[in-house]
Amino acid sequence: MTVITNGSAAANQRPANVNAIGLAKADYKGLESTLCNGCGHDSISAQIINVCYELGLRPERIVKFSGIGCSSKSPAYFLSRSFGFNALHGRMPSVAQGALMANHHLIGLGVSGDGDTGSIGIGQFLHLIRRNLHMVYIVENNGVYGLTKGQFSATSDLGQELKHAGVNEFPPLDLCHLAITAGCEFVARSFAGDPKQVSEILKAAFSHRGTAVIDIISPCVTFNNREESTKSYSWGKTHDERVNDFGFVMSQEEIQVEYEPGEVKEVEMFDGSRILLKKLDGSHDPTDKDAALRLLREAHDNQLFITGLLYVNKSRPNLAEVYHLGDTPLAYLPESKLRPSPESLQAILREMM
Amino acid sequence: MLEATKLTDPREIQALAQPAPVASSAPIVNDFSITAATKNGSGSQTANLTLLRALFRMGIPVSGKNIFPSNIQGRPTWYTIRVSKDGYIARSDTTEIMVALNPETALEDHNNVAPGGVFIYADDIKMPLHRSDLHYYPIPVKEMARQHEADPKLRTYVANMVYVGALAYLLGIELGEIEAALKFHFKGKAKPVESNMRVVRAAAAWCAEHLTKTDPFRVERMDSTRGLMLIDGNTAAGLGAIYGGVTFAAWYPITPATSIADALNEYLPRLRRDPETGAPTYAVIQAEDELAALGMAIGAGWAGARAMTSTSGPGISLMAEFAGLGYFAEIPVVIWDVQRVGPATGLPTRTSQSDILKVYWLGHGDTAHPVLLPGSVAECFEFGWRAFDLAERLQTPVFVLSDLDLGMNQWMSEPFQYPDQPMDRGKVLTAEQVNATRGFARYKDVDGDGICWRTIPGNESPFAAYFTRGSGHNERANLSERPEDWEGNMLRLKRKFETARQLMPKPIVDLDPEAEVGIIGFGSTDPAIREARALLAQQGLRTSYLRLRALPMNDEMTHFLAAHRRVYVVEMNTDAQLAQLIRLHSPQDAPKVRSANKSDGLPLTAKWVSAAILSQETQR
Repeated sequence: MTVITNGSAAANQRPANVNAIGLAKADYKGLESTLCNGCGHDSISAQIINVCYELGLRPERIVKFSGIGCSSKSPAYFLSRSFGFNALHGRMPSVAQGALMANHHLIGLGVSGDGDTGSIGIGQFLHLIRRNLHMVYIVENNGVYGLTKGQFSATSDLGQELKHAGVNEFPPLDLCHLAITAGCEFVARSFAGDPKQVSEILKAAFSHRGTAVIDIISPCVTFNNREESTKSYSWGKTHDERVNDFGFVMSQEEIQVEYEPGEVKEVEMFDGSRILLKKLDGSHDPTDKDAALRLLREAHDNQLFITGLLYVNKSRPNLAEVYHLGDTPLAYLPESKLRPSPESLQAILREMM
Repeated sequence: MLEATKLTDPREIQALAQPAPVASSAPIVNDFSITAATKNGSGSQTANLTLLRALFRMGIPVSGKNIFPSNIQGRPTWYTIRVSKDGYIARSDTTEIMVALNPETALEDHNNVAPGGVFIYADDIKMPLHRSDLHYYPIPVKEMARQHEADPKLRTYVANMVYVGALAYLLGIELGEIEAALKFHFKGKAKPVESNMRVVRAAAAWCAEHLTKTDPFRVERMDSTRGLMLIDGNTAAGLGAIYGGVTFAAWYPITPATSIADALNEYLPRLRRDPETGAPTYAVIQAEDELAALGMAIGAGWAGARAMTSTSGPGISLMAEFAGLGYFAEIPVVIWDVQRVGPATGLPTRTSQSDILKVYWLGHGDTAHPVLLPGSVAECFEFGWRAFDLAERLQTPVFVLSDLDLGMNQWMSEPFQYPDQPMDRGKVLTAEQVNATRGFARYKDVDGDGICWRTIPGNESPFAAYFTRGSGHNERANLSERPEDWEGNMLRLKRKFETARQLMPKPIVDLDPEAEVGIIGFGSTDPAIREARALLAQQGLRTSYLRLRALPMNDEMTHFLAAHRRVYVVEMNTDAQLAQLIRLHSPQDAPKVRSANKSDGLPLTAKWVSAAILSQETQR
């Protein structure tokens, strides 16, 4: 699907086993996963490691956030050199907002699940998006509660059957549709069984100006991997309909491939990076918000599994921009900038006399 | 005897017989209470604060208590100003001068005036006036408002200035100080000052022409407020936080805590812009709820900001889970609880001290938090900045327990003291330090005080990062379910709490070596307790007094209990919560601990406190 190759001059000169900032892949690894063998979350973790390595992100600049659940445990399994905060169930967005306002130079990477985001955390999720905090927000969506052994979540299919929980009587929430409605300007859906697509979407997400939401269907091999489940590997492999095909070009890279005029649409990201979209017949234009909402609604109504970049825009300022934060992070301001003078206090107190 | 009151035709008022004035006794100067009974949202607060400040500017000790409803417009509200030449500023339980502008409550207000008192009322209120022990002054409030304000929409507001003028005439409040107070209120804007003053002058002139003063109440200029300020505790708290270097605040609107955030939003832009770049050195976010408010503050505190939130009881309930996380993950954050009456929605606009037990142990499992207990607006300021030092030193949530009375009413105070020590940012490792040791153990008690070293995101050392979690962890912050890791960590947290015990502000103790009886209190009850001690002394009962300023308690409490035979714990809640904590702190002295507790939503009065103690003393 990628239409470009990594062809920058710098990349050609460095040793093969390190990235642009001289780090090896091992520098991006985490502890060994304790999730079930074959868990979709582990393949997403692997792509997080790959992408951060390939983009040459400094691990010390990345901060990992998560809530509670299987998905939220996974930040321990990648980027050990990055700070991490495993917060409360459904409350990762608020913690991330505080931390990333305290230091807006950090790169925020949130990992959550469908229960953590769609059920207990739906409020904080939508408000995070409203404020457009600059962070990548991954939902590892398996339509089931794993850690508590198999209950329905807010994204479980209507009519879905689980061993202990019975039949789900309620329709699922579409997190991508909700995200767009709440004002999100980077919304994508992918499938853990399609690592290349996960990787390209993730790269683009790191270049986004505000909150980038990626809903990744990530099968739970233990509790929700039956063929008829829309969150299973077999369903994903047979039903995955890509709505578009694209590649990501970092801001310092040159585009190396040839393409016919009209074959590719270029979308410039906020940091100067570009997304090159293949203009296939009927492919979805992710800059068209109405089309994205329509597409999602149709997919939801017909239980279609669509993946790809659904919506992208860069018009809204992010939270730190709205607050006009200065260059030095709030957390690193010295006392001289934080405690006003004794004279200023006297002046205020005189007004109270 | 009484009939329902209602607005009536002015002709009916004409028919009402004026009662005979009571013979005037000797003048009563600077020692009485004035209550203005009005409707919420009518703009009476401007009139009340103007009166309060004008009296204060005349050098007379004053206090103001706003007894208001949970309502935007129309429900009854009362504002009581106590004028006290002796400097007593607790709520008084008598009203000598009543200003009745609300027909709905006029009869009740009328009955509540102390014998020999004054009843000033809008003459369109139909009153079956029947008390022979009051002085009555009907005032044509509506008519004067109509004459002096062309805009009908503004007439209700202007009407309140009529009673300011009437009181100025009847009591002798200087018009110049009323004008100065209006200038303060309107931040110097000439137009509203002038329009309000016009009504004040006209009302005073009308009273001079039409009323004969028969009552004995007067004010006279004194010199007892020189150098003092009038300020509310929530503004003081906000200012304290600003001088404490707050960099991040998240909050959700709730009475009576909202004005802390208001103060931050008012003063931060003025005081805390980077002089070189003009960029703000702070961020204040209105969260979607209190869960998010504390979540944001905890995220910010973890990332190195001086972070706070402010709320009241219901918000505290919502914050419980995050409070436990903050305790266990050891994250500095400051949480203000401006208490109101609960449980449930309770009485949102009335004061109480009923969160102390809940806040002390907020969270599930074995949590306990340091709690600061400001007893004055000056301490709201001081604890406003000190709370950050304690939170960062102790790496834990620090609560500050104020209440509606302290937070929202105006209090006289000495000017606040500028922080007398540099900021304490606690045990934070730099990149160089972490590099030198090639890593660190986040939860290892290196120094023996239970407080571990931390790193802050943005630290560029490859060895600086750790994984913060609410689940069980070992010294290196890795997930652990080993029993010895869990227990060792919890016991270390208890050691840290012992360190906190020594770092928290000590109680203020006034020890009478002759006294068998001790009084313990905290927070806004301080003026009532001080005055009660004077009343008790008049009755021959000498008392010592310990004002608690923080939890956990320390040896000072133990010594105080040991030094007295009986100790009365004065507090505004139904369950005598502090008394229970004191019994836990000193089981050996538990039998000595008695309660003088009350919760009806109103600030305690000295008379009630002294009676509650005396009755138990005489029953002995």
